[in-house]
Amino acid sequence: MTQAATRSRRARRTGPHLLSAGVLVGALAMAPAALAATQIVGAGSTFDFPFFSKAFYDYTAKHPDVTVNYQSIGSGGGIQQFTARTVDFGATDVPMNAKELARAKGSVLQLPVTLGGEGIAYNLQGIAKGMRLTSEVIADIYLGKIIKWDDPAIAKLNPGMKLPDMKITVVHRSDGSGTTYIFTDFLSHVSPEWQQKVGTGKNVQWPAPSSIGGKGNEGVAGLVKQTPGAIGYVELAYLLQNSMTYAEVQNKAGKYLYPAENTVAAAAATKPDVSATNFSIVDTPCAECYPISGYSWVLLYQKPQDPARGKLVKTIMTWLVTAAQPIAKTVDYVPLPENVQQRALGVLAKTEL
Amino acid sequence: MSERTATAAPPAGIRPRSLRQLDRVAAAIFAASLRGSCWVFLLVVAGLAAELVWGARLSLRTFGIGFLWSSQWNPVTEQFGAAPFIYGTVVSSGIALVLAASVGILAAIYLAEFAPRRLGIYLGLLIELLAAVPSIVYGLWGLFVLAPVVTTWIGPALQASFGFLPIFQGTIYGVNMLTAALILALMIVPTITAITRDLIAAIPMRQREAALALGATPWETAAKVVLPAVRRGIFGACMLAFGRALGETIATTMVIGNRPVISASLFAPGYTVASVIANEFTEATSDLYLSALIELGLILLVVSLLVIGLGRLMVRLFIR
Repeated sequence: MTQAATRSRRARRTGPHLLSAGVLVGALAMAPAALAATQIVGAGSTFDFPFFSKAFYDYTAKHPDVTVNYQSIGSGGGIQQFTARTVDFGATDVPMNAKELARAKGSVLQLPVTLGGEGIAYNLQGIAKGMRLTSEVIADIYLGKIIKWDDPAIAKLNPGMKLPDMKITVVHRSDGSGTTYIFTDFLSHVSPEWQQKVGTGKNVQWPAPSSIGGKGNEGVAGLVKQTPGAIGYVELAYLLQNSMTYAEVQNKAGKYLYPAENTVAAAAATKPDVSATNFSIVDTPCAECYPISGYSWVLLYQKPQDPARGKLVKTIMTWLVTAAQPIAKTVDYVPLPENVQQRALGVLAKTEL
Repeated sequence: MSERTATAAPPAGIRPRSLRQLDRVAAAIFAASLRGSCWVFLLVVAGLAAELVWGARLSLRTFGIGFLWSSQWNPVTEQFGAAPFIYGTVVSSGIALVLAASVGILAAIYLAEFAPRRLGIYLGLLIELLAAVPSIVYGLWGLFVLAPVVTTWIGPALQASFGFLPIFQGTIYGVNMLTAALILALMIVPTITAITRDLIAAIPMRQREAALALGATPWETAAKVVLPAVRRGIFGACMLAFGRALGETIATTMVIGNRPVISASLFAPGYTVASVIANEFTEATSDLYLSALIELGLILLVVSLLVIGLGRLMVRLFIR
């Protein structure tokens, strides 16, 4: 055999070995770094995700030895994982009810962490932002009783607008969601017919014959943007970030309001004694209140299994409901009012560590 | 020179006793692991079916057989029925198969028989690349590109020419059964084309030469000699593609409109089993709701097996 052949034969034998040795050394080098940081795991509501994502990133920047891994799998998934104790905290748009609490392995603390408002977006060529809609009209549209945009009920509220003779395509959430819960809660409050026919829930049987479903807030926003004559309910953050046209909704006091930080916060302020059993802030009576608003909640066990981790989670949550609230503004979420922050801190104080 | 002889294996047939025993053991292990992997797979599928039945037991008990033809889907009052989903799944996949098979088989014939060799290779590669595109990308493209195209061009054109048919009547929503069927067709065309082209290429040249020698045109050769020979294989490819279309979730849920209704019109929204499970599973917190969704999964499994089983039966009875 020639010298070159011998050398290449040896190289062929040692090459793979060198490679695997290198990979092993690299993995070992990374392992200590990964072990040093504590990772807190949470799961739940997709609504919270943009806010949590930014807040926890900022937290890790200030405390490099702690990372928070939040899985945005939906409120129901969050409750399931929390009940199974596979996560340190859960997040949900609708607090756990009595049946779900009974299934949890221990006493549960539920604290409000952020606020959201839902706007009514629409897609009509030539019609700018600011169509006025009353709660009854919105309910009738979603019930399928008002089917065209130039219906007298809508035209009466918007005398200056040239409404087209177009069918209204109603868009709803196809996936079960807290956003739907808040919206149907609002409709149940303002329309006895809706309350009786459909009811409140994370997912309902949508009665309008032209109703189509989109997955997630992004899905609804996308469908409304794509479909001329569409109307849909979307979280405030998505409305603002997608520059959508949305309506002014009339509140209980008779004033037409946009969903915005101040109007949603005003709605929250009407219920200073908010708790997991008394959390609905839709259709509130004050003058500057936006009628379609709601809280989002974090779930914690009163007695955490691991006291050290429990303490860390408590510290993070304390930071989240107080110092982290200004971060909410930067991602178009509404910070908790001062009194609600105090209530959240009060709930946190009940942890048995 | 010495290196080579040192590492050379002894000539076959002259092996020491221990090596022969080692051979036998090695062969036995190899055979066992092959058989084992087959059985493991079957056991996993059986376990899957058993798990589905177990999870669905509450819904099976509550709704019984009526679940199959009930059109209700009300999570608030907990009334559930599978009819709209079965309809949506079968119709969207069926139409997709018809479209994909017609285009795919013709494309395969072109690639294998008529295309210049180089072009055939590159075009074939491009079609196979379509299979590599993730379904969410198809979903996004469907929502932002295809749905408006259906609303503005395809829909009105079909309604103008064939509006007397009930399937082309009614309001044209962008997200509807037709868009979903089109997206599914696009996704399963590569499967049908690739398999059919390989089957056609496997037919020996002599058969084609014989047909041409008898005076057949290239088209007649393709239609009457080549295609009939690969009928069975094409059917198999179609069944494979149909199975894929039945289970497609993300792309379908983004363009089908997600409305649990049975309507005659293709322009109306619909809902498939896979879409409803993907959409509602994480938020289904009540036991009956969850059980109903699992029962839907079981129904999908049964429908898939039935359709593919029926397909194979038809092949056995009617083809060759």
